[in-house]
Amino acid sequence: MFGLTALQLARIQFGFTVSFHIIFPAITIGLASYLAVLEALWLWTKEEVYRDLHHFWVQIFAVNFAMGVVSGVVMSYQFGTNWSYFSTYAGGVTGPLLTYEVLTAFFLEAGFLGVMLFGWNKVGPGLHFFATLMVAAGTLISATWILAANSWMQTPQGYAIIGARIVPVDWLKVIFNPSFPFRLAHMTIAAYLATALFVGASGAWHLLKGRDTPAVRTMFSMAMWMVLIVAPIQIAVGDQHGLNTLKYQPAKIAAIEGHWENTPGQSVPLILFGWPDMKDAKTLDEVDIPHLGSLILTHSWNGTFAGLDDFPPIDRPDSTVVFWSFRIMVGLGFLMLFFGLWSLWLRAQGRMYGARLFLRSAVLMGPAGIVAILAGWITTEMGRQPWVVYNVMRTADAVSNHSAIELTVTLILFVLLYFALFGTGLSYMLKLVAKGPGAQGLEAEPEIFQRPARPLSGAPDIVDPVTPRRGEE
Amino acid sequence: MGIDLPILWAIIIGFGLMMYVVMDGFDLGIGLLFPFIRDRTERDTMVNTVAPVWDGNETWLVLGGTALMAAFPLAYSVLLSALYLPIIVMLAGLICRGVSFEFRFKADAAHRWIWDISFAAGSYAASFAQGVALGTYINGFHVTGPSYQGGALVWLTPFSLFTGFGLLFAYALLGSTWLIMKTEGALQRRMIGLAQPVTIVLLVVIGIVSVWTPLAHPQVAARWFSLPNIIFFSPVPVLTLATTWGILRALRRDPNVVPFGLALFLLFLGYSGLGISLWPNVIPPGVSLWDAAAPPQSMGFALVGALFIIPIILTYTAWSYYVFRGKVRPGEGYH
Repeated sequence: MFGLTALQLARIQFGFTVSFHIIFPAITIGLASYLAVLEALWLWTKEEVYRDLHHFWVQIFAVNFAMGVVSGVVMSYQFGTNWSYFSTYAGGVTGPLLTYEVLTAFFLEAGFLGVMLFGWNKVGPGLHFFATLMVAAGTLISATWILAANSWMQTPQGYAIIGARIVPVDWLKVIFNPSFPFRLAHMTIAAYLATALFVGASGAWHLLKGRDTPAVRTMFSMAMWMVLIVAPIQIAVGDQHGLNTLKYQPAKIAAIEGHWENTPGQSVPLILFGWPDMKDAKTLDEVDIPHLGSLILTHSWNGTFAGLDDFPPIDRPDSTVVFWSFRIMVGLGFLMLFFGLWSLWLRAQGRMYGARLFLRSAVLMGPAGIVAILAGWITTEMGRQPWVVYNVMRTADAVSNHSAIELTVTLILFVLLYFALFGTGLSYMLKLVAKGPGAQGLEAEPEIFQRPARPLSGAPDIVDPVTPRRGEE
Repeated sequence: MGIDLPILWAIIIGFGLMMYVVMDGFDLGIGLLFPFIRDRTERDTMVNTVAPVWDGNETWLVLGGTALMAAFPLAYSVLLSALYLPIIVMLAGLICRGVSFEFRFKADAAHRWIWDISFAAGSYAASFAQGVALGTYINGFHVTGPSYQGGALVWLTPFSLFTGFGLLFAYALLGSTWLIMKTEGALQRRMIGLAQPVTIVLLVVIGIVSVWTPLAHPQVAARWFSLPNIIFFSPVPVLTLATTWGILRALRRDPNVVPFGLALFLLFLGYSGLGISLWPNVIPPGVSLWDAAAPPQSMGFALVGALFIIPIILTYTAWSYYVFRGKVRPGEGYH
């Protein structure tokens, strides 16, 4: 297809399926924790607004979770179907890590999800809260293992090459490899931030529509606090992550910065914009700020770091892509920071729920977290190339020997399927969001509100929010 | 070291895959039975019997994949590459039906039929692809060193297509007997009516596979029909016949739990028969468990987790089934 090689097609296929997939777990991580907080607040304060918000978001969570599960099953098989030489060579390290993910996280989420989604009236409030906590814990444990595996591929240690394969010799070193803590913190915070922006956008949308209810205000307010507090932390963590990358993957940083060579005795500027040209080995049309590159990456006025010219062309990642994907991520990160400060300023004046320009911006910021996550992953994964296990195994040596035809057919299948199904799923999530908190709460209690022989998920016949329920009696 | 890690892992993976076949078997089966039930409310009831547990059932499949990568990376690589197209079809099917669980309740009334079709078609595609993969697996793979040599269409044989159809009936039996246990009234009666022919066809399928496999693979014939093996293994076919008869008998007498229990046992028998035929190969016909094993450091590390955590998983999974025990009545939604 389009003259692409089997390797390129396999990479596109993996990149496509994993990019779609990551959106769902990111929101799952954020929403699961949010639901646990809401349920805790409901049990603690007995204020109905928290219960209503829980019932509202749990429905959106359910749709999102299902899409995460099915797109995730694909990932667990693609290492074998598309990257069989990688799995043969490095499966002894990545296999156990993923097995632990399944054992400690996937089963935990799946085992308690049923009770969390459908068990509000089947078990007591304490047990239901416990199920919610287990699901939330599962999402975080899952992130921990998968990021340990990914980070090991970025900064491998604790292994030996014996025979024709990688043998793990020190599991603690494998798991706690140099980039793991930074990547785990950065990704978990990113999931929380992305979810906060999504929840915030939903709240803002309802406020703009004039539905100024206590539930809408509460979720909007919670989301804005989250953005305000977490965005600056994320920028600080990202900075540390960058320094870690400079130490262990200098070629990635050089590509991110579009930095080709050091002039002796001179500082490195920060290139704000430009067009890194891989053929001519230089960055065209650059707009730069003197000294800032040195300052950010070496935390000194005149420090230097390796440029792409220090690496043979065959070892260079594609600077054109990662230069821009990185700038999109960082740009959005600072936008989130300013947005959080804006919310604080308006909140202090008591105008946060009515300032229309701000609310419209909040709606626009809704997908910003997801876009930043995708841009960040493109940066770190494309920046790792041409290696699949950094400095140990090249991507070109990892790929299964399928024909370009096979890969083209399956790629087209994935693209059609993912856009049709997950596009529809997203539209259902947005429709649920548009219903707003309050009404949905009743649907979650079928024994009371849903009499036999009526469709399960339509609008309830009886709307009587004062009927006592378990947990209130 | 006295522990034979590859054998332990073969047992764990074998157990995980059996859990998958049994548990996702009955919820895939519900999708297979969809075309025979027209009524929307009844379809809702069918889906609702598994809505709280399907996700956990599918997790066994993910465990099978990752544990294979951890313990037998060579097998993981070779098998998944060789079975590339059936696996992609299976994954596509699982995606279609997985999202339909939620989507068919979230769609506008006018669009719900799309998700019913997606649910049924996805179930058929996933089950058929799994059956084809199974048949291809029994047929064996051409392997040199770490790489698979067989080409993209190794799965396209009469035998593997036949096992594809065969597995549809196995899952349909699990699905229908599950519904006999979980529903009542007209829907239950319809399922009793469907379970009878499905059981008979499945017995025929099992019979044909049992004859075809040793005919095509002399080493399988040698395994079964040499002395003293034939005596040790003879309970498998005898119990298969007895179990089938038991299912048919139970279906005629106001059945509830019994047909499902026996159907599980029937699947277990088929599964053990397969194990007997293929042991100790992890990539038939020539790559054994020990040839494909991961480094002991990998197997040992993952084993600790598996032995401690799987019992805990089984406990809370059982609890979840217990919470949602009993008959599901029409319109009694979880949604």
